[in-house]
Amino acid sequence: MRRPARVVGSLAAAMDLRPSDADEAFRSRLREWLAVELPKLAPMPHREAWPERRRFDTDWQKRLFDGGYAGLHWPKEYGGQGASPTEQLVFFEETTRARAPYVGVNFVGTLHAGPTLIEEGSDDQKRAHLPQILRGDEVWCQGFSEPNAGSDLASLRTRAERDGDDYVLNGQKIWCSFGHIADVGEFLVRTDPDAPKHRGISWLILPMNLPGIEIRPIKTVLGSREFCEVFLTDVRVPVANRVGAENDGWRVTNVTLKYERGTAFVSELIDSLRLCADVAPLVRDVAHRRELGRCYADFDALWSLTKRNVSQAERGTPGPGAMMIKLAYTEARQRFGELCLRVLDRDALHIDGNELVEERLRTLALTIAAGASQIQRNIISERVLGLPREPR
Amino acid sequence: MNLDLTDDQIALRDGIRSLLAGRFGADRIRAGFDRALFAELAEAGVFSLIADGFTWSDAVIVFEQLGEACVPGPLVGSFLVGDGRITGVVERAAGESHVTVEHLDMLDALVVIDGPGMATLDATTISGPTSDWPLDPLTPVTRVALPAGLEASGADAAEWMRRGAVLTAAFALGMAQRLTESSVAYAKERNQFDRPIGSFQAIKHVLADMAVRVEIGRAAVYAAGAYLDAPELESGEPGGLARAVSVAKVMAGEAAVRNGKDAVQVHGGMGFTWEVDVHLYLKRAWVLETHFGGVDAHCDALVALI
Repeated sequence: MRRPARVVGSLAAAMDLRPSDADEAFRSRLREWLAVELPKLAPMPHREAWPERRRFDTDWQKRLFDGGYAGLHWPKEYGGQGASPTEQLVFFEETTRARAPYVGVNFVGTLHAGPTLIEEGSDDQKRAHLPQILRGDEVWCQGFSEPNAGSDLASLRTRAERDGDDYVLNGQKIWCSFGHIADVGEFLVRTDPDAPKHRGISWLILPMNLPGIEIRPIKTVLGSREFCEVFLTDVRVPVANRVGAENDGWRVTNVTLKYERGTAFVSELIDSLRLCADVAPLVRDVAHRRELGRCYADFDALWSLTKRNVSQAERGTPGPGAMMIKLAYTEARQRFGELCLRVLDRDALHIDGNELVEERLRTLALTIAAGASQIQRNIISERVLGLPREPR
Repeated sequence: MNLDLTDDQIALRDGIRSLLAGRFGADRIRAGFDRALFAELAEAGVFSLIADGFTWSDAVIVFEQLGEACVPGPLVGSFLVGDGRITGVVERAAGESHVTVEHLDMLDALVVIDGPGMATLDATTISGPTSDWPLDPLTPVTRVALPAGLEASGADAAEWMRRGAVLTAAFALGMAQRLTESSVAYAKERNQFDRPIGSFQAIKHVLADMAVRVEIGRAAVYAAGAYLDAPELESGEPGGLARAVSVAKVMAGEAAVRNGKDAVQVHGGMGFTWEVDVHLYLKRAWVLETHFGGVDAHCDALVALI
């Protein structure tokens, strides 16, 4: 009969939540830097003052750059910090706790377009954009979704027809965040209408000031205008602005996934734990109190799952958890939002100065954007559990 | 920081898993807990892990596997007492004269947790009517009167509650995992409308939610195990160890119960039969909810910490 002691070779390292010395050194350096930089920030502009918001967010990006914290997850050769996944975790943890600005208008550039150019861009394209993104000198938007291509993104129809050294673009994009203040956009267009839908798409760098681009902001449930519709009418873009091969845009879009190490919702999670603590003193009803504990358990467990995902990424053995954070966090956050409204009761009837109500509205988008919950469940059941595809 | 299994822990998990698969098949599990089963687990070292130099996060991995196999018996109490006695645990509600004891006929000792203290009784001196129709057919229950003047004392009760909650959560996690696996397998082979029912979103979305509950529960349980091994972490985060324990018990306990319910649903009519194992898991999940605090008690405890 084998005892477990004989089953295993040694009794060495187990799972361990203690941070490494390197991570703690990174943390204390970052804390000191934040303590110096955050008081220098201008007051947060009004949410509808878009030029001021752009200036505020890009000013923060510039400060991150000067402090050596820009492009934390970018490779060093492209001006990034080449930080380890645990250092990234510490960065999100500390900046969120210190109430530092979010990535804001720098989101697409630093988290999506930049990494895509690093992997797939030409040398000229890298030179023209990467340093500008890191310094906060260039703001990007994303032109992927269309009115008839949402969850089924690959069915997109915006045409790009070759004419000499240019593509001529015609079509319509939607849900283009910060489109009205962006300098450049990452756009998916159809370059081969006859190919199967995933194989006729190309990835383009689109300067947003080209003739034929019309941008119309969309008013959201918050009454704010960060989303835009973008209408493209005979817009001429140089073929040199294509990233990757023609008709290879679907693959190009997906290369950024390798930069996703399960840290996408860290700031949101840390902030959710803080909001639980903010709500706690307001709770008087015993059922609300218990529900708050249940919501807290969700967020805390997801924080542990984030650490587990990062551990697995560092060991080079990614688990299924990274595919599950988005679904689980966004659903948990909606549940928490409902609780907040019940706790506030009639104090929830105004939004101004009421972060919890504003958050309830904002978070309605979380279960829809970037792969709706229903799409997430399809992905998990097909890629993790190996279930057959839905008949279509 | 690491919340992934180490190579040693993977070897430990695989060793326990193959031991259980080899010796504790469905028939053996359905035969219920007895002294022979206890002796085999004890011989394998299950109850002496800590004395043998293993960590609490190793113990968590072993209990997760025991849960996957749905091994019956007073495993957590016997583990915590750690001296070879088959030991049950029961929490006494304030002022109650009677308690419901599991597996009484097999017990050497009974630990009664009573408020902040605890008392250990010689189980052979206790008796009462044993139910002929227990909720979980593998968990016999007896209603017993506690001795008058029971003296609960000592500072160990809180530690027992924490460790017991984590090991129970690990067991529940293993059950939630196995329920997901068996439901996924069934959904792949069961055909209706000329195709596997697992191809329909109405079914596959339920299965995805089951899998998500397991992964979140696993992260919470492993974190709690790591906290038991490093209680000094308590200083940093609010509540530290106590928080991690409650989160683990809530998330894993709920995962087992909800996956049990969903597994019955996915198995359709077969899920309502005695023959299919699903009901054994769901019923045990309900039993475990009464051990070391259920979802409600731990949610309340969490709010007090934040």
